[in-house]
Amino acid sequence: MTAVARRLVRVLALPAALFALWWIASAGSTSFYLPPLPRILAVFGPTWSARLTSDVLPSTARLLLGYAGAVVLGVGLGVPLGARPRLRAVVEPTLELVRAIPPPALVPVFMLLFGIGTPMKLLVIVSGAIWPVLLNTIDGVRAVDEVLADTCRCYGITGARRLRVLVLRGASPQIVTGMRQALSIAIILMVISEMFASSSGLGYAIVDFQRGFSIPEMWSGILLLGVLGFALSLVFRVFEARALGWYHGLRRTRRGDA
Amino acid sequence: MSRPAPRRASPASRAGLGALGLVGAAAVFELIPRIGLVSPRYLPPTTAMLAALGREATGAAFWRALLDTIHGWALGLAIAVALGLVLGVAIGSVRGLRVATASTIEFLRPIPSVALIPVAVLLYGAQLRSTLLLVVYASFWPILLQVIQGVGDVDPVARDTALAYRFTPWATIRYLVLPTALSYILTGLRLSAAVALILAITAELMIGTPGLGKEIGVAMASSAVPAMYALILAVGLIGVAVNVGFRALERRMLAWHTSVRLEAAR
Repeated sequence: MTAVARRLVRVLALPAALFALWWIASAGSTSFYLPPLPRILAVFGPTWSARLTSDVLPSTARLLLGYAGAVVLGVGLGVPLGARPRLRAVVEPTLELVRAIPPPALVPVFMLLFGIGTPMKLLVIVSGAIWPVLLNTIDGVRAVDEVLADTCRCYGITGARRLRVLVLRGASPQIVTGMRQALSIAIILMVISEMFASSSGLGYAIVDFQRGFSIPEMWSGILLLGVLGFALSLVFRVFEARALGWYHGLRRTRRGDA
Repeated sequence: MSRPAPRRASPASRAGLGALGLVGAAAVFELIPRIGLVSPRYLPPTTAMLAALGREATGAAFWRALLDTIHGWALGLAIAVALGLVLGVAIGSVRGLRVATASTIEFLRPIPSVALIPVAVLLYGAQLRSTLLLVVYASFWPILLQVIQGVGDVDPVARDTALAYRFTPWATIRYLVLPTALSYILTGLRLSAAVALILAITAELMIGTPGLGKEIGVAMASSAVPAMYALILAVGLIGVAVNVGFRALERRMLAWHTSVRLEAAR
């Protein structure tokens, strides 16, 4: 029990100290742009409870939809690309070029082609978040254990079953790594797509506050984004622990044996 | 099905296949507007894009914007890397610090860098410093995490040996920490460089600080569609150059490293 308490103190000490530092440093702040922290916190509740259904929920829905699209597409394209070296050789330079284009630079293109509605925003998220998933899936599929592949062939495991028990399972540690990286990219692009042209959403709200010089509200939005990012990464960690429990267990035993 | 022999395509034939893929993609984007699938007003054919790129490349404005972008990118990356190295080595070598900072890093890292855009606008306006704020914040995390991991990865036996031989702190860093951490640092550098470029372009596009991103925004606002596509293509080419450059650096500096030697031997 004391060990847990000590761990908790260690984990929370620095964030608490930094928060206190911000509180104290900003307490007497008369700068218009850097308001005292208590004022930011005071507007946090009223601001965002009023905007929950109009901004926060639509943003989160778009984020999750776009993210899901990126994961499905990334894995769907990554499996054939990982399994076929020739196909990979053909598309690799093209992918390399498209990947190097910063996703925000594609926002104007998608606006031109799809207007400023939800499809554009989803596409922006997918176009950026797909890369880590795709590249990690390709690597994971390439590195599938050969002995297991041979075993599958011996037992006549083919088709969808082979995909499920061998390819996706074997590549899943890498796929999950890619998914983790994709999550933070998806949040960033959700915000960017809304800052550009929108009438709702977190990104829109923050820019709106900034233009209206509602500075404490703007800071509270930035805080909310931080909390959202942190919460999603916590949820993801729980998901990872469940989905990859077998893998972490396997590694632990292997290390124990060695 | 007989087992496919592990045929390894020669580098030349791989390059040929890759070029084929590029030409194919170019052809597809030439055809889509030509057969009217999408209006050429919104998606100009590849040849029109390339022509526009050629036109851009002969104007001085393009090169000035390019230099502005590279300036913001390089300066921001340098600051982030310097900060990441110093803090990373400090945090990575002291266990207590590593534990104490882990939760803070976990909290700060997922804060989207773009959330700082309004702050940058208010504090600095459309100046280089706005770009720097975003670039430094975003590209600091990959290098920091890699350095912490690399420093923590030092072989305990080697560390004890260094202790037993009473290495000076400088010698410990030079002969023990750096060789272990170098591959991590270079990976972090590559990741940070890519992130820094993305944020530099984003800042220019959203805030209007001078650079290629701003030019993209201007082209969009004046509906100079082919020019807009040409600029985006140019940004992509810079991105490729950055990736290829840093990968080459990695190979050079790690020529002695097992991972690179194994790859070369294959």
